[in-house]
Amino acid sequence: MTATEIVFLLFAVIAVGSALLAMTTTQLVHSALWLVVTLGAVAGCFVLMTAEFVAWVQVLVYVGSVVVLVIFALMLTRQQTTVSAEVTGNRWTAAVLGLVAAAGLGATVVAGFRGEPIEGNRVGTAGSLGEVLFNDWVLPFEILSGVLLAALIGAIVISRSGTER
Amino acid sequence: MPLLYPLVLSAALFGIGLYGVLARRNAVMMLLGVELMLNAVNLNLVAFDAWFADQLHTGQVLTLFTITIAAAEIGLGLAIVLALFRAVRTVDVDEVGASS
Repeated sequence: MTATEIVFLLFAVIAVGSALLAMTTTQLVHSALWLVVTLGAVAGCFVLMTAEFVAWVQVLVYVGSVVVLVIFALMLTRQQTTVSAEVTGNRWTAAVLGLVAAAGLGATVVAGFRGEPIEGNRVGTAGSLGEVLFNDWVLPFEILSGVLLAALIGAIVISRSGTER
Repeated sequence: MPLLYPLVLSAALFGIGLYGVLARRNAVMMLLGVELMLNAVNLNLVAFDAWFADQLHTGQVLTLFTITIAAAEIGLGLAIVLALFRAVRTVDVDEVGASS
């Protein structure tokens, strides 16, 4: 077992453990902070799979902005009465369905890709990704900027619509 | 590194995210579960990109697109949750379903 595999398995254990904590803890802000740990560990996995630019984007967008947005939303929607149970009544159905999904996906990938190695000889630096992004993926990139603009305008309209009444 | 490590990690994260979406009562926490599932997909895309050694870096470029879509989704989703909170003074999905 190489050093890369050991570090990857370490990140994987951290990611799964903190994701479980994020989805089960009753403290809502703690849950968002555990999600930061999960997303950071996944970013570490990206670096180990030679995708360093994607890892930085993950840290910037997810840890930097998405979690901050979520914490803002948690603060703004704080309820007067504390809810005793944070999970719904169908918690065990949800747990069974999650387990079935994970086991099914896991069995599929084990059956399909057992013994395949990752060589990682094409590093995804900012330079190489930018080259393909602005040579071969320009049209999807521009469409996506339109989608993002529409989503942001929609978010502003939705969050302002109740204030005038 | 075997390709299976990231794929199995991705399957586990997807299952945990699915549990979060179905089991949490707080609507903001449901959105966090969706984010976790999207991150599992990103992990798959990056793993297959590194395995395939694609000239166009298809997997990593698609991962960047997915991250952008996820940012748009969480922005819109949180705006809807805030509008819901303003309307019925709760973000508990059980109570919202029962009252309407």
